[in-house]
Amino acid sequence: MRVMVFVKATEDSEAGLTIDAETTAMFEAMGRFNEELIKAGIMMDGDGLRPSSDGKRVAFDGASRTVIDGPFAETRELVAGYWIWQVKDMAEAVEWVKRCPNPMKGPSEIEIRPFYEMADFEAALSPTAEAIHSRNAVAMAKS
Amino acid sequence: MALDPSSDVQQAIEAVFRIERARLIAGLARVVRDVGQAEELAQDALVSALADWPRSGIPTNPLAWLLAAGKRRAIDGFRRKEMLARKHAEIGRDLEDERDTQVEDLEAAMDDDIGAELLGLIFAACHPVLSAEQRAALTLRLIGGLSTEEIARAFLTSEPTVAQRIVRAKKALANAGLDFEVPRGAERQARLASVLAVIYLIFNEGYSATAGEDLIRPALCAEAQRLGRILAGLMPDEPEVLGLLALMEIQASRLNARTAPDGSPILLTDQNRARWDQLLIRRGLAALQRAEALGGANGPYALQAALAACHARARTAEDTDWPRIAGLYDTLAGVMPSPVVELNRAVAHSMAFGPETGLAMVEAIAEAPALRSYAPLPAVRGDMLFRAGRPEEARGYFEAAASLSQNAREREFLLGRAAAC
Repeated sequence: MRVMVFVKATEDSEAGLTIDAETTAMFEAMGRFNEELIKAGIMMDGDGLRPSSDGKRVAFDGASRTVIDGPFAETRELVAGYWIWQVKDMAEAVEWVKRCPNPMKGPSEIEIRPFYEMADFEAALSPTAEAIHSRNAVAMAKS
Repeated sequence: MALDPSSDVQQAIEAVFRIERARLIAGLARVVRDVGQAEELAQDALVSALADWPRSGIPTNPLAWLLAAGKRRAIDGFRRKEMLARKHAEIGRDLEDERDTQVEDLEAAMDDDIGAELLGLIFAACHPVLSAEQRAALTLRLIGGLSTEEIARAFLTSEPTVAQRIVRAKKALANAGLDFEVPRGAERQARLASVLAVIYLIFNEGYSATAGEDLIRPALCAEAQRLGRILAGLMPDEPEVLGLLALMEIQASRLNARTAPDGSPILLTDQNRARWDQLLIRRGLAALQRAEALGGANGPYALQAALAACHARARTAEDTDWPRIAGLYDTLAGVMPSPVVELNRAVAHSMAFGPETGLAMVEAIAEAPALRSYAPLPAVRGDMLFRAGRPEEARGYFEAAASLSQNAREREFLLGRAAAC
């Protein structure tokens, strides 16, 4: 199964990158952890995100679209980074997450979410929707 | 929902064990020089963990803990043998020294690099002293962690057959006196080719599974991909490892698109490309790019991956870059000459340059003994003749292909084409 693993933000990560000995050590530890993930054959993708002060939100309500500038509240619900892993089951994903070095200076959380499979969407897709998704999918592969 | 805490812990321990199992066996095999014994010691280590960890908690470095537990069992074994020896003969101090040396050797062997050990185990499981079937079974058992029963179901054979296959394979490896090192020098390329062939065999076994079959069969594709990714992680500079990985990722990207709801196969050109797994395609294209950057563009796996990539990049079937595919087949025919490659090459040329070109190439190989009862040969000829505006001749070839086909759905499809001529 494929899962997305979210590193949740903290007050520290929201304050932006501070270059100090602790951060450097954390990057090293994270690099070693990624190496483990690669050698175990489960790492598909992963990256880090800039703080929400660099982000924007668009609020939807009927026809209206309202742009909201970051930073956003609910810091602990924000995402600071992610991986995509291919694992056998959730138990395996949980055990790998436990091995992750502390991703933040203080207490923090990592969240694991399984992807939908193609079959889950089957009923929702009309032939037109399928055709559009098809074009998009191939355009993405080309880029 | 309330969870039973004890079963929760047990599930966690089992997940940890699954993660560590192959590396644990690899580390122990290096010490005891016997995969069968290493597997038993690993199992003993799990038993110890299930007894200890619910009380002590899962250790920070579970692999080190499990290795130490397995090692203790191995040393106990050596000591028992020694006691027996002592009962049988007067040996004296020499043995004491020898025992210390053995224990020290064990300690030293445990400190080796785990990645290299896993690689050594993969090379051992794919060793040329074993038959192709033994290699696949042992690789799935030791590295993939599949049970004998699962392997039997996956390969459509009986459990006793697989059990015996594995026992014989372990015995053959023990007799070969392997050191579980990754081969170096000239031997390395030949042994690596064997490893890649085993992984691709496992992949193809899964790929050939049809709808409605036991799910363990298609799961072989995922297992082979995982093996390929592990290998690429351990040997990041081997172009053919990356070539094979690219080939499997791109082929697997189409697994969800290649069968209709009624189970009938859908040709590549007719597949709904929205169902192709884009993450796998991106991973495959990236691996191929790395293989090519390492100078491996003309490796057999890299070439086949490049062919698969041509289809993955095409927005629609009509967008397919057939001249490029024809060129890649020209190269592949030189690197990996076979009548089947020639036949595919003829198809590519017919798509790129017209059916007459393809027909001339097919005629040149039509008498090859390897293609005598190969249904795709007359099917391809029929298709080319049909496209060349010669339906009367095409019909006979479609009918011939239908009579050669082993697959009911395929036969139906070919008879349909014959009727349409």
